[in-house]
Amino acid sequence: MRRDNSQSRTADRKDVVGEVLQDVGDEIAAVVSLPGEYTYRALAKFFDFIGESSILLARTWAFILRGRIDLRDTVNQMAFIGVASLPIVLVTVAFSGAVLALYTSQLGVKWGFGSYTGGVIGLSLARELGPVLTAVVVTARAGSAIAAELGTMKVTEQIDALRALAVSPVQYLVVPRLIAAIVMLPLLTVFADIVGATAGYVVAVVNGVAGGGYVNSLRTQVLPSDVLMGLIKTLFFAVVIVVVGAQQGLRATGGATGVGRSTTGAVVISIVVIYILNFFLAYVMFGGKTAFL
Amino acid sequence: MIRAIQLSYRVGGRTILSHLDLEVKKGETLAVMGMSGAGKSTLLKCVGGLIRPTLGQVVIDGVDIACLKESELDAVRIKIGMVFQYAALFDSLNVYENVSFGLRRHTGMSEEEIAEVVRARLAIVGLPRTEQLMPSQLSGGMQKRVGLARALALNPQIVLYDEPTAGLDPITSAAIADLIVKARDELGVTSLLVTHDIQTIKRVASRAAMLHGGKIVAIGTVEEMENHPNPVVAQFMAGSSEGPIRITE
Repeated sequence: MRRDNSQSRTADRKDVVGEVLQDVGDEIAAVVSLPGEYTYRALAKFFDFIGESSILLARTWAFILRGRIDLRDTVNQMAFIGVASLPIVLVTVAFSGAVLALYTSQLGVKWGFGSYTGGVIGLSLARELGPVLTAVVVTARAGSAIAAELGTMKVTEQIDALRALAVSPVQYLVVPRLIAAIVMLPLLTVFADIVGATAGYVVAVVNGVAGGGYVNSLRTQVLPSDVLMGLIKTLFFAVVIVVVGAQQGLRATGGATGVGRSTTGAVVISIVVIYILNFFLAYVMFGGKTAFL
Repeated sequence: MIRAIQLSYRVGGRTILSHLDLEVKKGETLAVMGMSGAGKSTLLKCVGGLIRPTLGQVVIDGVDIACLKESELDAVRIKIGMVFQYAALFDSLNVYENVSFGLRRHTGMSEEEIAEVVRARLAIVGLPRTEQLMPSQLSGGMQKRVGLARALALNPQIVLYDEPTAGLDPITSAAIADLIVKARDELGVTSLLVTHDIQTIKRVASRAAMLHGGKIVAIGTVEEMENHPNPVVAQFMAGSSEGPIRITE
């Protein structure tokens, strides 16, 4: 009898140990498989995004090429994306030009190359700061608004209502925004370049750089092709801002939380893509050139 | 007029509709009733061509819309008016622009003719002189009436109603139900509505169908449904918590 009890207790202990080992094994398996699962999910999300964005862009261009453009909506979007963004773009780029001039002019005067300040600032603005900062500001202002507006329309069934009325949401909502961004971003960048260079001039002169030298350096070092390439970059950025904003908005689900997530996603993804794209565009456009140095 | 044949819809591993068969005859008002989450809105979106069924056919006026391209679907959608659960008015447009939205895009009407149609449709739904109001200035009931006016603007042959009285007080619900009857009588539209509001079904429906488990489990006149032997239908019509339908389902 006593022996039976002892055998029973041993068997129970074995069961408990077995269960604990099973649990530990499961946990280890879960932890080990976690990176794989995360990688799979991240890749799936990435390819979803690439696929949806590509289809959206192709459908938008198809409408544009067939001339299915609502001029009134396009002009309204130009006002929203372009004109209303102008003050904040100018302030941002003016102060960026100013701070660049502050450091450059101080070093330039100290080491004897102060007369090059205009060229350094002009090239930086025309090639990089003007296009990129303008795109970032427009992303923050208009890209987020596109995602929020389309996302709200999606979760309140307004997108379905458009389709029920035999109107394509891409044609009605995305086409005017894309055309507006493609037209207005280069224009905003031109203003940004001018205001940035002017702010740089003021700061450089205050810091001891000769005004004539600044202007002369700007005129000789900054070629029309530098400005043009910078403006061409903004066409790519415009497409990124609108397509990412629209893609994120049109996939919003789940009410206010979903709209918030789409809006955040649109801004974060757009800015990251703009910076990555900017590197490759710069490499292609300016990689082999030695215009300044 | 409308036929769903062996209609199935699956999403995210869940079966919403499963080999469902349904027919709506010309000029009738068929109410599909069922629990929340039973797939009523999904059925309506399949019929309206807003989502594609996983399997089966949706035949509208002799055309299977399940296999049409998006551009071909538009020709069918113009024949169908849709009233959404929360109206889905375009919130950046006023009442006039909402009701005239389809007219501007699909007819060659002059501005005067469009204004005439908008006035007539707003009169039908009892909202004259509201053209300049924005959706945010309207009550829930008014928004649904504007949604109905928008759906009727293009003279559709079919109107689909998604929970037309959800969230409304009994008197406004009755007014909306009367408008559905008025639209059918005055404009001769075929109507398919999904709802779980028994009072609305009694007021408007020529026939009613019970959607449960992704299938139509019973169909008949409202009187037949009230005395139906199917325990699912009996429980739903009685509004009882006791029966084969469990709230956890």
